[in-house]
Amino acid sequence: MTAIAFGTWRKPSVIPGFGLTFGFLMVYLSLIVLIPIALLILRTTQLSWAEYWAIASNGRVVAALRLSFGAALIAAGINTLFGIIVAWVLVRYEFPGRRLVDAIVDLPFALPTAVAGIALTAIFAKNGWVGQYIEPLGIKVAYTSIGVVIALTFIGLPFVVRTLQPVIMEIERETEEAAATLGASRHQAIFRVVLPTLVPALLTGFVLALARGIGEYGSVVFIAGNLPYRTEIAPLLIVIRLTEFDYNGATAIATIMLAISFVMFLAINLIQVWARRRFGYV
Amino acid sequence: MSEQTLAASATMPPETWRAPTAEVSVVRLVLIGVAVLFIGVFLGFPLLVVFFEAFLNGVAKYFETFADSDTQHAILLTLLVAAIAVPANLIFGVAAAWAIAKYDFRGKALLITLIDLPFSVSPVIAGLIYVIMFGAQGYLGDWLKAHHIQIIFAIPGIVLATIFVTFPFVARELIPLMEEQGTQDEEAAISLGASGWQTFRRVTLPNVKWGLMYGVLLCNARAMGEFGAVAVVSGHIRGLTNTMPLHIEILYNDYQWVAAFAVASLLALLALVTLIVKTLLEWRFSDELANGPR
Amino acid sequence: MTALAQFRRDTDYIEANLSLVAPFVDERLRVKTMNVTVENLTKAFGATPALHGVSLEIASGELIALVGPSGSGKTTLLRLIAGLDFPNSGRVLFGAEDASSKSVQERNVGFVFQNYALFKHMSVFENIAFGLRVRPRATRPSEASIRQRVMTLLDLVQLNGLEKRFPGQLSGGQRQRVAFARALAIEPGVLLLDEPFGALDAKVRKELRRWLREIHDRTGHTTVFVTHDQEEALELADRVVVMSQGRIEQVGSADDIYDNPATPFVFDFIGDSSALPVIVDKGSIALDDRILSIDAKGHADGPATLFFRPNHVRLAGQESGSIVGTVTGSRRHGDIRRLELEVGLARHRCEIDVPADSDVSRNGRVAIKPTDWRLFPRDS
Repeated sequence: MTAIAFGTWRKPSVIPGFGLTFGFLMVYLSLIVLIPIALLILRTTQLSWAEYWAIASNGRVVAALRLSFGAALIAAGINTLFGIIVAWVLVRYEFPGRRLVDAIVDLPFALPTAVAGIALTAIFAKNGWVGQYIEPLGIKVAYTSIGVVIALTFIGLPFVVRTLQPVIMEIERETEEAAATLGASRHQAIFRVVLPTLVPALLTGFVLALARGIGEYGSVVFIAGNLPYRTEIAPLLIVIRLTEFDYNGATAIATIMLAISFVMFLAINLIQVWARRRFGYV
Repeated sequence: MSEQTLAASATMPPETWRAPTAEVSVVRLVLIGVAVLFIGVFLGFPLLVVFFEAFLNGVAKYFETFADSDTQHAILLTLLVAAIAVPANLIFGVAAAWAIAKYDFRGKALLITLIDLPFSVSPVIAGLIYVIMFGAQGYLGDWLKAHHIQIIFAIPGIVLATIFVTFPFVARELIPLMEEQGTQDEEAAISLGASGWQTFRRVTLPNVKWGLMYGVLLCNARAMGEFGAVAVVSGHIRGLTNTMPLHIEILYNDYQWVAAFAVASLLALLALVTLIVKTLLEWRFSDELANGPR
Repeated sequence: MTALAQFRRDTDYIEANLSLVAPFVDERLRVKTMNVTVENLTKAFGATPALHGVSLEIASGELIALVGPSGSGKTTLLRLIAGLDFPNSGRVLFGAEDASSKSVQERNVGFVFQNYALFKHMSVFENIAFGLRVRPRATRPSEASIRQRVMTLLDLVQLNGLEKRFPGQLSGGQRQRVAFARALAIEPGVLLLDEPFGALDAKVRKELRRWLREIHDRTGHTTVFVTHDQEEALELADRVVVMSQGRIEQVGSADDIYDNPATPFVFDFIGDSSALPVIVDKGSIALDDRILSIDAKGHADGPATLFFRPNHVRLAGQESGSIVGTVTGSRRHGDIRRLELEVGLARHRCEIDVPADSDVSRNGRVAIKPTDWRLFPRDS
């Protein structure tokens, strides 16, 4: 029996089925996720450091990574700014259509990225819904890095809002009342008391949106134009390397992106550890 | 001053009073305006555009798209892939939640993190890992070729990539929910002589059925809509390995604008139904769903 | 803990804090306090009434307790005084000034919330300094005087050395004292405390109770505190306001309230008591079919409730006119023994205290006579 074999590793339980479910969980997780990812990383070890560095420092790769990271950073920033307002409005105010707005926030989770991609392109292309009015003004969105930012803003929006909402809901009204009795104006109460308590959730939402943006592919490739060195994002470059049967190139870029994901993930956990230690909550 | 005028002057009309935790109504209106506008422009507008463009040349043209055999095949393939990937992840999610939530063991947090891993990996990388495994130059490439098994640029690859990107949905909905519910119900059932399977079917499952449905709903939406991961492994072979999202790309690149949007409108409809059912579930059964951000 | 040890601890505590119980007022902390007048306040939340025309005079420097069961409107009254809610009618005056048109920020009240409502992201120091830092530039004290004031207050609430801590790192009692210091920092005209000890365990509560009294004596703030604990109210307050169902039942000193309850509610709510339904007829009282030898001259004829406290009863032997009952329970209660009785035909329950060594057995018969009692008319 598993329980006996593992000794004190698991607390004994009268509920049956641990061996079966845990075994299935481990096999399935290993086959689908862990082994393939491990083999991907292993594959890069076939490259020497010099070869790896040559791929990583290639101008086109650097430009793609910079675009993916930079555009995701800006989009996450926009989402953080507006996410606070949207989350605040949805939690604190009653207005007609609130439920509809609340439901539609999740659209980027439900709408396939390819659909979002062609819709955004239809809006911002030269003769598109918005494009036809702003291109004469000299503002080009589609097929520029601005288009990438817009697509990533669309994709990342729910992360900030959905991270903030429960935290705003949990703010005790008494804390704001206390600020008022101490003479703080509403403005001061918001900026000195409410917003600082939201910082951990804001950072978490920001990093989640950023991480999603860096890896995003479907919604971006339609609107970006995909010009090497200019509007080519890193995931697209992986696809291009694959179609060229350059597995080494694809793998090297992928491991760089995995490393970035790992750093993001670490950041979120550090934020939460810090918040728990400082505030006693996340 | 008479009694009456004193009483009148003392009464403060509630309209002029503002709770210390409320914003001035102007600020409130501006904030609501900004929020609604931002959501409307960034989310609502693109959704409307999809339907508008799909019907740009009339209803007849719209339905013409679906008479095309490649389009029909793409729809069928998408349904097939979802029909395999969703149940697979459903079974996995239930098993994972049972093993993690109903027992106490070391390394639980790490295990949950590993289950969430596919969410933090770029979809392109999700496709790439299977190409590295099963592709012509992959680890198993030669062996597969010798045995005439094709995974990459074929349906098995598409299914695998879809399973990967939808991997955590059911599990991450069920784990917190089942942890919240504890083990007392199950222990009571066992002590009354129920077998493990009976306990699961009659005690645990009814407790988590709405949460399960919620997870399946989101899992399905992603399974049918996945683009990046599938694009890498499919090979874009028309009438063979094209799912709906890939077919949209092909139509779009062929300048078949209306057809691309017509197929997109089907997926947008799926997204809308998903959102509506999700909202209904949250509204009606919020107590029986896991808390926290999604 | 033995009685002796408790006594030692108490005297140690008083000695250690001798400076605190000194009769003179600390001039550094002395502020201009004011009297508060509550006039005819009415408040309803939607269709649910919370206060029915409540009026109250609070003298300058007074320590007043609002006591009552939950839902009696005591917290509502406190919040109306603070300006955290608006009344449907009536007004609040600070001194001679009508505060109705003043916002909560302008009222300059120190409010201590039940759960303290400390700012979790700020250190103890910043929590206390908050009220000074948010002042407009013209009236904001210098950084040095803010620092000095915070340190004085930390000294007062005995939290020296903890100024860099965060609220999450403090015990319940310490948090309570930070909330208290934060409220005092703005030199409030009135101090309002909502269940200040509600969230603390019994031992800490007792200590802080005495501490609050000392602080009040030292700073002289007009203070109103809400509590559901009658013992706390009677022990601490100069005057006690007993509330029930949105109305004030009685206002008075602890002695007044305990010895001369004005209404059946007060008699029932404050202290232990027994209530028997009786009929008054031409100066005599009947319990069920028996006439009691209690003189009810001056009381109106008709149904009434006879109230008495368990210790205001003597055992009466078999003399006529006594209340006769069966012992259904017996509990040791400190130095005395408390008996539960069923008296009269209808087996009304009542409680009496007897000496601990009395040999009263369960199911035994006893006859009692109240030595001190009150009669309130009852709607039949």
